[in-house]
Amino acid sequence: MKLRRAKEFLITQFKIIMGNRFGFVGASIIVFFCVVGLLAPIIAPHQPWDTLRDSNGKLAIMRPPSMEFLLGTTALGRDLLTQMLYATRTTVLIGLVSGLISMVIGANIGLLSGYYGGKMDEILMRFTDIIYGMPFLPFLIVLIALFGRSLWFVIIAICCIVWRTSARVIRAQTLAIKQRQFIMAAKARGCTNFRIIYGHIMPNILPLLLLYTAFNIAWSVLAEAGASFLGFGDPDNLSWGGMLYNLWISGKIRTAWWWFAPPAICIVLLVSALVFVSRAYEEVANPRLKQR
Amino acid sequence: MAILEVEDLKQYFYINPGLLAKMVSGKKPSVIKAVDGLTFSLEPGEIMGVAGESGCGKSTACLAISKLREPTDGTIRFRGKNISEMSKKETMEYRSKVQLIFQDPFESLNPRFNVFDTVVEPLRALDIGNREERRERVINTLSIVGLKPHAYLDRYPHQMSGGERQRVGIASALVLEPELVIADEPVSMLDVSIRAGILDLIRDLSERMNFTCIWVSHDLSILSNVSEKLMIMYLGRTMELAPTREVITDPLHPYAKALISAVAIPDPAYKRPIPDIRGEVSQPIDPPPGCRFQTRCKKVMNICEREDPPLIEAKPGHFVSCHLYKPGMEATN
Amino acid sequence: MLMKIENLKTHYRITDGIVKAVDGVSISIKEDEVFGLAGESGCGKSTLIRTIMRLVPDTAKVNADQLQYRGEDLLPLSDKEYRDRILWKEISLVPQSAMNSLNPVYRVGNQLAEAIQTHEPLNKAETRERTHQLFKGVGLQPELTRNYPHEFSGGMRQRAMIAMSLALDPGLIIMDEPTTGLDVLVQERILRELRAIRQKSKASIFLITHDISVIAEMSDRIGIMYAGRIMEQADSMELFNDTYHPYTLGLKNAFPSIQALDRELISIPGSPPNLSKDIPGCVFAFRCPFAIRECSYERPPDLEIKPNHFVHCIRTDKVDEFRERAGEKKTWQSSK
Repeated sequence: MKLRRAKEFLITQFKIIMGNRFGFVGASIIVFFCVVGLLAPIIAPHQPWDTLRDSNGKLAIMRPPSMEFLLGTTALGRDLLTQMLYATRTTVLIGLVSGLISMVIGANIGLLSGYYGGKMDEILMRFTDIIYGMPFLPFLIVLIALFGRSLWFVIIAICCIVWRTSARVIRAQTLAIKQRQFIMAAKARGCTNFRIIYGHIMPNILPLLLLYTAFNIAWSVLAEAGASFLGFGDPDNLSWGGMLYNLWISGKIRTAWWWFAPPAICIVLLVSALVFVSRAYEEVANPRLKQR
Repeated sequence: MAILEVEDLKQYFYINPGLLAKMVSGKKPSVIKAVDGLTFSLEPGEIMGVAGESGCGKSTACLAISKLREPTDGTIRFRGKNISEMSKKETMEYRSKVQLIFQDPFESLNPRFNVFDTVVEPLRALDIGNREERRERVINTLSIVGLKPHAYLDRYPHQMSGGERQRVGIASALVLEPELVIADEPVSMLDVSIRAGILDLIRDLSERMNFTCIWVSHDLSILSNVSEKLMIMYLGRTMELAPTREVITDPLHPYAKALISAVAIPDPAYKRPIPDIRGEVSQPIDPPPGCRFQTRCKKVMNICEREDPPLIEAKPGHFVSCHLYKPGMEATN
Repeated sequence: MLMKIENLKTHYRITDGIVKAVDGVSISIKEDEVFGLAGESGCGKSTLIRTIMRLVPDTAKVNADQLQYRGEDLLPLSDKEYRDRILWKEISLVPQSAMNSLNPVYRVGNQLAEAIQTHEPLNKAETRERTHQLFKGVGLQPELTRNYPHEFSGGMRQRAMIAMSLALDPGLIIMDEPTTGLDVLVQERILRELRAIRQKSKASIFLITHDISVIAEMSDRIGIMYAGRIMEQADSMELFNDTYHPYTLGLKNAFPSIQALDRELISIPGSPPNLSKDIPGCVFAFRCPFAIRECSYERPPDLEIKPNHFVHCIRTDKVDEFRERAGEKKTWQSSK
């Protein structure tokens, strides 16, 4: 029974996304990046940190794209295509993980705050306000200063910040749904508060949840790219932002367009793709937007 | 033994004036006395109609009786047990025995639940029966309310008409086989041509399934057709309580008289008399002492402004809350 | 004849077909007359009102043999002409849930004044005088014009909306469910005020509601609408005492009355048809207990069975039998 429900749910989501032009484009791009990230070790021609030599034996430094090195090489002779493939993996992973975790945090805070109201609402919302005041980078810097650099710190820092807006929005929506008669009916029929929040209210805010999940992932990707570009990323796990950082510190940013273009374009593509997917959900969450 | 006894039920809401008002004029918090001393009792199997205009407190009283809201004061006894003194477990049991039918067929169903989900939910929430038993009960209940189960189980609210949705709402209330059903304007949002069907349904089921029913409505024409006993409320108090036929043909309270004379009749030859009442409906905010109806009553006396009229039995089985009447005697006017 | 509507059709285009919301409606309203249109949800009355008031979206196709007001054909008028000359000056509207039509952030008097000044060049003093008069006309004290909508009760807001509809002394006021949602005492008061207004202003009223008792009380002439068509149309007394159409018979029996405590209430099983599907013949046939095969072949004509009494049915010859059987519950139960 539960399996059938899950299948129905996935099919519905598929239809929603694919039914919308933007959704279709966005989903395709996201799927592309995911597949690339997954297959990175298999399809990468080299290792990301290997200094390479070309067919003539010379160090392949600062080579523009050629048949041998499809995306060119870095200042230290590393294959950019390989780097891109591995970096895709890291970026997508961080984006997904951070986005999902922050969504879980934000949604729950929003639901509990909106449903219970009173003291709980006050406390949770004041907490959210405090977090709103917290700056992302300094927080990350402090973590790094205290515990060293790691992929996980980036994820933690992002999660701590990105959930804020989702919490507010979900809370507002919960408040609206809470007033509706079918919630009172559920209470009268014997449902516990927990059951009402997760069994009755949540299914009704699902489109909004999914919309904001897409947004959260987009913000996470941007946050990660920004942090890595400024040098606060994990040096062992290269991401697109990290590649731009390496480019920056090599001093070659003005000349090596082939080094700059791929990560930059991919960041834009991925974030846009996520926003496009959220457009598809906007129509569901707000049916009046549906194009006739 | 009476199945439900309500004694002096009170539901007050307090509004705090703004800080400025408090400082400048020393204004005290206002109190909305939505329900102010409601008293009645129900015998098993009865259908009691509760009539009154908006603001009379009838819906608020329903919430208190169904334990969806804590009353400010007064006692509600179900089969002798005071419901405010119930433990969590007893409250859950109470929920399976006392159910509500809601007014709005469009709003009382969760748009994400299909018919099966909606009707089985009370069983799941209260952990009654296993998978097969629940399914069977749902199918039975749907048949009882006149919906062919196999046609409706998978439908969603937006795929059904108002009448069908209301039947689903009724099914989800009755699947627990309650002993007391409180119906809050169950047909006022339905088309006229299908109201009779739902009226008959609830009336027949109350006999077959043996439950007592409180039917709340502002429409006296509907209540006159479906209820055996009729209670008329005004600003949170009972004004009159008697068998329906008696209230309609021989109302005692001035408010009841005005209300009944004002009911429209579907007959073009009928001329509605001007109701014997003055003023507009007042709000139950900071009411003055004495009878709630004093500001609108054309027969108001001095005592009405000082003392609350008690609910007395003016005729056998016919209760009224008015200073014009003494127990056992009718007023001479 | 104040307004003459003949064979009005409003069809909406949707993704998979055409919705015939109004499908051949013919109504005549005289001067100083109340025409009551009775109809349940989905019968097309909202669309009818919107068509007359020019509030239908562009996807709707409207045509009619006649849509005349005081002899002038309204359909060829441009939107601007309609807005300048007809809207609110000749034909005004008290919309459904009028209570919610008032802007909560403006005083009621100002909203009334705005309605007046949009159409008539009066100065401030004259406008204020007019708003006060209008308020008095609906039984509201002139001082109340300074209040905000939330300070009014439901009944008072409704009366304010009626005052607004009278602002420019129109010839026809369309009222959409004017007393739905209001308590019986408030309803009685409003209808009483309405009768008083009619004495003074001589405006005709096109009253649309599903409440049969309000229709009975207020109307001079009644039309019964179902699925976009008019099933029966006659003078009030005539329609009630000499009913021909099965749907009207069904409605009469479905309506409870405190004067008939012993009468059995009967409901009409089934629901209104899906208006996007093409329905050959009579739209009521599949719910009608007296339908025969021929009812579904062709669209019934609007028979003038008696002077000014029109019936949309081909079985009017059997009316005596129908009237008897309609009072029995089992007649309606076997039809589904």
